[in-house]
Amino acid sequence: MPSSAPVTSAEVNQVAGHRHEESAETLIGFYREMALIRAFELRASEMYARARIGGYCHLNLGEEATVVGLMDALQPSDYLFTTYRDHGYALARGMEPGKVMAELFGKTTGVSRGRGGSMHMFDAERRMLGGYGIVGGQIPPAVGAALAISMDGPAGAETEAVMCLMGDGTTNIGSFHESLNLAGVWNLPIVFVIINNRLGMGTPVEAASAEPELYKRGSAYRIPGVRVDGNDVIEVRDAALAALEQARIERRPALIEAMSYRLRGHSVVDPARYRSVDDTAEAKAQDPVPAFRERLIEAGHLDAQAATAIDQEVDLVVDDAVKFAEDSPDPSPDELFDNAYATDVANAPRSLPGERLVVS
Amino acid sequence: MTMTADTRPRTPHTETRHLSMQQALNLALEHSLAADDRTLIFGEDVGRVGGVFRVTDGLQQKFGAARVFDTPLAESGIMGMAVGLAMAGWRPVPELQFDGFSYPAMNQVISQMARMNNRSRGTMPMPITLRLPSFGGIRAPELHGESLESLFAHVPGLKVVSPSTPNEAYHLLRQAIADPDPVVFMEPKSRYWQRGDVLLPAPSDTESDAATAEHETTTPVGTSNVVREGKHATLISWGAMVSTCLQVAEYAAEDGVELEVLDLRWLKPIDAAGIQASVSKTRRAIVVHEAPLTAGLGGEVSAIIMERCFDALRAPVERVTGFDVPYPSGALEDAYLPNADRILNAVQKTLEYRRG
Repeated sequence: MPSSAPVTSAEVNQVAGHRHEESAETLIGFYREMALIRAFELRASEMYARARIGGYCHLNLGEEATVVGLMDALQPSDYLFTTYRDHGYALARGMEPGKVMAELFGKTTGVSRGRGGSMHMFDAERRMLGGYGIVGGQIPPAVGAALAISMDGPAGAETEAVMCLMGDGTTNIGSFHESLNLAGVWNLPIVFVIINNRLGMGTPVEAASAEPELYKRGSAYRIPGVRVDGNDVIEVRDAALAALEQARIERRPALIEAMSYRLRGHSVVDPARYRSVDDTAEAKAQDPVPAFRERLIEAGHLDAQAATAIDQEVDLVVDDAVKFAEDSPDPSPDELFDNAYATDVANAPRSLPGERLVVS
Repeated sequence: MTMTADTRPRTPHTETRHLSMQQALNLALEHSLAADDRTLIFGEDVGRVGGVFRVTDGLQQKFGAARVFDTPLAESGIMGMAVGLAMAGWRPVPELQFDGFSYPAMNQVISQMARMNNRSRGTMPMPITLRLPSFGGIRAPELHGESLESLFAHVPGLKVVSPSTPNEAYHLLRQAIADPDPVVFMEPKSRYWQRGDVLLPAPSDTESDAATAEHETTTPVGTSNVVREGKHATLISWGAMVSTCLQVAEYAAEDGVELEVLDLRWLKPIDAAGIQASVSKTRRAIVVHEAPLTAGLGGEVSAIIMERCFDALRAPVERVTGFDVPYPSGALEDAYLPNADRILNAVQKTLEYRRG
């Protein structure tokens, strides 16, 4: 029965029955993924400062628990639409770190052959249907993919679903409301996830959203919402599993608000002067990566030595990724016109590579 | 108003029917729905009501509400859903009710639909046809009488087409729907009710894409059409203005001036070779469009002529266009739209031009 009343994640989890003990192996796997994203993003920042990466570069630093929890809940056959803050999702969805780094470097070996860059990771095979460089651009296409699923067959536990990610600022954009209405009125199998990192670039949520408790924003469309601790990978994963199950079995959309906190500015070039010292200190105190490391050590799943070994291992993975990206070729100007259209276009008078410079 | 059938008949065709453009479009949609069960039609009031201009009339009854369905008022949502559906292998034919209603959808049209094939490195083509009732001439006010071809033609990844007759409407719409790329299909509202002969494929072929595929080999996307031959100057136009140009050619013929009329049909890709062939012969050209002058497509056509026919030209290319104002309502529309007098004045100017 559709309900507009927000419920807590604990209630949802209880209903869906997702309270179970995790194996040490699973938990260590989560930590390894979080540590990989942390190492990757720190290195991306460094490579940006060294001008190996151009354009804009938005990092998942501080959001690793949310990224890993959400991606673990997805099946390979599910569709993922994400935002321009997409490197971590690309990694957790299974893209090779070298290819993701090569994409940042704009090399031909990148996941989008160097043409997408930081904000437009794309991998049709892994059903990662894009990072999106414009806030809110991904939501209507995600609803279209969910509509396609509902047209292809009846509901069921084994059916596909869509996960559509967005930031807190996106919930103020028109397409968010158009899309939630469409998903609500047509009962589409889609899970909307708001990663609330408390700041739309430099504007706090409270200054931007008339309803700053963002999980309530689905209530106008009778889409139930939950707010979860985005620093808790298990809580995020469980809420996503429950929402996806509801999408698959009941063909009902759901809304998850993951409370997160980015550790750095909006993008690499943003010094985040709008944040106070206290604010930054709080973000650091809540940093999910060392917290989860501590939690695993305290629970006896890892000792400090084993944790350090993981940290060193992912550093080596990132070293290799950087080396792969650096050694990969730049795209040739001959590729400039590739893929602007699906097939060669007759009667297109200027679809030829530009004239070469004559070097004397 | 003189309506001339195509000078180049389509092959193969076995049946000729006398239809309005609205009926021809409706038939093309019906045949496209029958030819490919992944074809979908959706938009505001396209199902139960059959669309503001009744172009989708009866299709929901024939094909069911899963293939032809009504959406909420959500232009961005409509075009964005088309993108997501195309990603999942469907062939969407969304309608936006009026030209100006595409403005709220532009983010999805330009940022997503036009670029997704490129962004996905060719793994996610976008076989979407956006049907857009376009241009003026029916006493509708601004946002209901806009001419947006140069906006869309400027966007890499989009194709843009506008039919001038019922026959063109049938064949170009089927060609647009069968095309693997996103096409903005601009229907000239003022010509919806004008009738003309439509040359249809053999009945066995109407419900398949075979005839359309055959058509693509003989008349590929981006091919213009000489609808009247002449030797003194070429009138270059598209959409509703083509029949205005044909009328002008009749008037000019009374004075012994033989005007060629070139229907561009496709505004992206634009048929530079077709323009070159005609203007090299006539040595004078007048571009006619409803859109405002500045940065209108007439400038692009003029540049193509300058690049390709410079030595042949006997006079500067003339442009007869709408004006740089928001589309006017009521009777002012008549002062805004190019008409026979303005076009004939431009013809006279090019014929009387002498190098200084």
